[in-house]
Amino acid sequence: MFEEQGITPEGDLIVNVGPQHPATHGVLHLVITLNGETIKKVEPHLGYIHRSIEKMCESLSYRQFIYVTSRMDYLSAHINNHACALCVEKGLQVEVPPKAQVIRVLLDELTRIASHELWWGAMAMDIGAFTPFFHAFRERETINDIMEETCGARLTMNFMMPGGVMQDLHPNFQARVKSFIQQYKHKIGEYAELLTGNIIFKNRMKNVGVLSPEDAISYGCTGPTARGSGVSCDIRKLYPYEVYGQVDFDEILETGGDSLSRYMVRIREMQQSIRIIEQLIDGIPEGDFQAKTKAVLKLPKGEFYQRVETARGELGVYIVSEGGTTPYRIKFRSPGFSNLSVLDRIARGGKLGDLVAMMGTLDLVIPDIDR
Amino acid sequence: MWSFSGLATGIDAWLTQRFNPALSLTIEMVLAGIAVITLFAVLGLVLVLMERKVSAWMQIRLGPNRVGPKGILQSLADTLKLLVKEGLTPNSADKLLFNFAPFLAIIVAMLLMAPIAFAKDLQLWDLNIGVLYISAVSSIMVISILIAGWSSNNKYSLMGAMRSGAQIVSYELSAGLSVLSVVVLVGSLQVSDIIKSQADGWWIFKGHIPMVVSFVTFIIAVTAETNRAPFDLAEAESELTAGFHTEYSGMKFALFFLAEYVNVFIVCAVGATLFLGGWMPFHIGHWQGFNHVMDYIPSSLWFFGKTFLLIFVIMWFRWTFPRLRIDQLLNLEWKYLLPISMVNLLVTTAMAILGWHF
Amino acid sequence: MFITKYIQEVWGAVRSLATGLRRTMYYFTHHKEIITQQYPDNRETLVLPERFKGEVIMPHDDKNEHRCTGCTACELACPNGTIKVITKFDIKPEGKKKKAIDKLVYHLELCTMCNLCVQACPSDAIKMAQTFEHSVFDRGLLTKILNNPGSKIMDGVE
Repeated sequence: MFEEQGITPEGDLIVNVGPQHPATHGVLHLVITLNGETIKKVEPHLGYIHRSIEKMCESLSYRQFIYVTSRMDYLSAHINNHACALCVEKGLQVEVPPKAQVIRVLLDELTRIASHELWWGAMAMDIGAFTPFFHAFRERETINDIMEETCGARLTMNFMMPGGVMQDLHPNFQARVKSFIQQYKHKIGEYAELLTGNIIFKNRMKNVGVLSPEDAISYGCTGPTARGSGVSCDIRKLYPYEVYGQVDFDEILETGGDSLSRYMVRIREMQQSIRIIEQLIDGIPEGDFQAKTKAVLKLPKGEFYQRVETARGELGVYIVSEGGTTPYRIKFRSPGFSNLSVLDRIARGGKLGDLVAMMGTLDLVIPDIDR
Repeated sequence: MWSFSGLATGIDAWLTQRFNPALSLTIEMVLAGIAVITLFAVLGLVLVLMERKVSAWMQIRLGPNRVGPKGILQSLADTLKLLVKEGLTPNSADKLLFNFAPFLAIIVAMLLMAPIAFAKDLQLWDLNIGVLYISAVSSIMVISILIAGWSSNNKYSLMGAMRSGAQIVSYELSAGLSVLSVVVLVGSLQVSDIIKSQADGWWIFKGHIPMVVSFVTFIIAVTAETNRAPFDLAEAESELTAGFHTEYSGMKFALFFLAEYVNVFIVCAVGATLFLGGWMPFHIGHWQGFNHVMDYIPSSLWFFGKTFLLIFVIMWFRWTFPRLRIDQLLNLEWKYLLPISMVNLLVTTAMAILGWHF
Repeated sequence: MFITKYIQEVWGAVRSLATGLRRTMYYFTHHKEIITQQYPDNRETLVLPERFKGEVIMPHDDKNEHRCTGCTACELACPNGTIKVITKFDIKPEGKKKKAIDKLVYHLELCTMCNLCVQACPSDAIKMAQTFEHSVFDRGLLTKILNNPGSKIMDGVE
């Protein structure tokens, strides 16, 4: 048997997890070296969902390329679009009307909650609890309905345009968001009952996949993954864009660095998003929802960079313009890629069961990693 | 009280009248076999449907509601689908063992049916070591899982089988110890004796706290023994895709699936027999009137009611808790359940010697 | 003490599990919380929001007239080449030639419902419809011609 493939010279088992596997939530391929149940090495193999989005964007105009980015991190599609719109606006030197800014931030935060809801359910399913998945989807569906009413789509909204947003908010928007906040505050306690307080869950999460702050910085981790290790990296706080400078919210930091800390960061971040929405929902300013822009957008020659905080971390959009109607080069700095790269570091020495907990709390979205 | 013994003796008399004793015995055995297989099929259908409905309602869903009225024919349709599907055997698998493992699983489940008393006088084989027989035969279950995992020639299957082996062997200890505590109180291993001893009250009420503790230990241990969530590490779909039955498809998969549900039924039936009085109606001490009223409810209803209550509890666990990790699973057994059930057995023994129970 | 800590640990664990069990039991017994929508059965009552982006259509009035001038702004705005405008020249009664659409070909299978074409249209000739059941057995059926046969441009639309 030993001469067969899949066993290292030391007698360790090599197990392929993915590209089709229930725990990878996408086409991630992990080659795991196992000694019994203990993980010795994790090697992610990428490229199964590479669609060359960066190259595609080079042939699209500045209005058109935004919609492609919805397909990167499809769970925070709106925030991706936001980053691109902001970057183009930076190049065009367009002032976004205050109303559009507020609308963008409101939808951003709703997207963030929806994304974290899905993460919560999917992670619970990874570690074997099925019921939370459906409970998380109840709240997420409410957000999706709100999105559908205002943006016309549930997942890939494409509501952003350089200079503002595509349409005004739907008249029902405020009332529905307020009722969602009520529903959310009513149901958030159940999440703790079902999962957060559960002793089995706590034991599965505590001291699993410990990521030190030094590693988080050197691997370029961002978002809740890094904040779980106590690294302050919230772009909304550090480099405020739109109206984030004017609203009052906390950057969530946990110091444990383990899976439970990352979990708690996301749970608490949802409440901060609710706080932001509550501050903005009543004071949506009057005015235009779109700045006047030319029919054909041309960015001046130069390089433009804009970063935003997506649900997974820092998304950077880097545009090189030669002065034409299409970008010369576009580079996306996606949060998932850096967050995945620490998996080997934190997984070594853990059990196979820990791996799904770690992958769950890293919140990997494979199309975001591969683009 | 109407009982099945009349029916059994009637059939027996009718057969011995017509045929010679050897032939009539054979016919009786065939009849019993058919009855067990029918029960198997019905149990599989009912339990799968029950699981799907329970999970759906806990997950704010509707569950199956399309096939037949209120969806009650859904599991029949699923079975039909599995029957007509191709049963693939992987090329590099050990073909003999691979095809043998599901049958071993189902044979073990069938053997376990023998000493269970489904109603008053409805018992296939009231052997004098009934409880020991159940403990012994249920251990063979792990062999079928190990064979399935090993012969599939798949790393996921192998790991699932190994996990399952470690798990079942450990949890049998505390399951056995909690069964022993009842045996200590009754003084007999025979299933009918255990049920008779509960005529004036079930052991869970008569046995004070030690009995409650061993009941809880028993439920946890058998949940683990039958590989049900939160102890479903052998299958652990997010880690091992499907664990030991990853490579199985069609009817061979269905047999594993059926064996799992029948095993759940059997352990719950054993739990109901040992702790909740089996088919014995709910009696309180010497309240003759009350006891008499309770006797009017058929004994089979009592048995199935109690068993399905326990099955519901096990399903309730499954749809609430996350899965444990393999080391935590073994920690739970060796650090918590085993010491607790050992101390509990000592206390029960002392109780039995001093006669402190009702 | 060791023993009290052990008992506290076990008790805390059991209590945390019991809270979870209570919550699932609540949902098991409260069927009014069920959120399932029985989709194919609720077709009659299903209302999609008016902004829902299902497919691009070209509204015609009762005289079989549309508002499309054939300016190809939608074709240029589309990121995927979903829309193809095929133009022809109408001869006006006074003898002048005028550009008009012959066919507006719309490839539903390529469309990502990004709404850019609707935004780009200067004469509001196309809009998003709320249909969403697009499945067909033949891929060719997804290529649609948006203007009705024999339709004309509305008077006064330039």
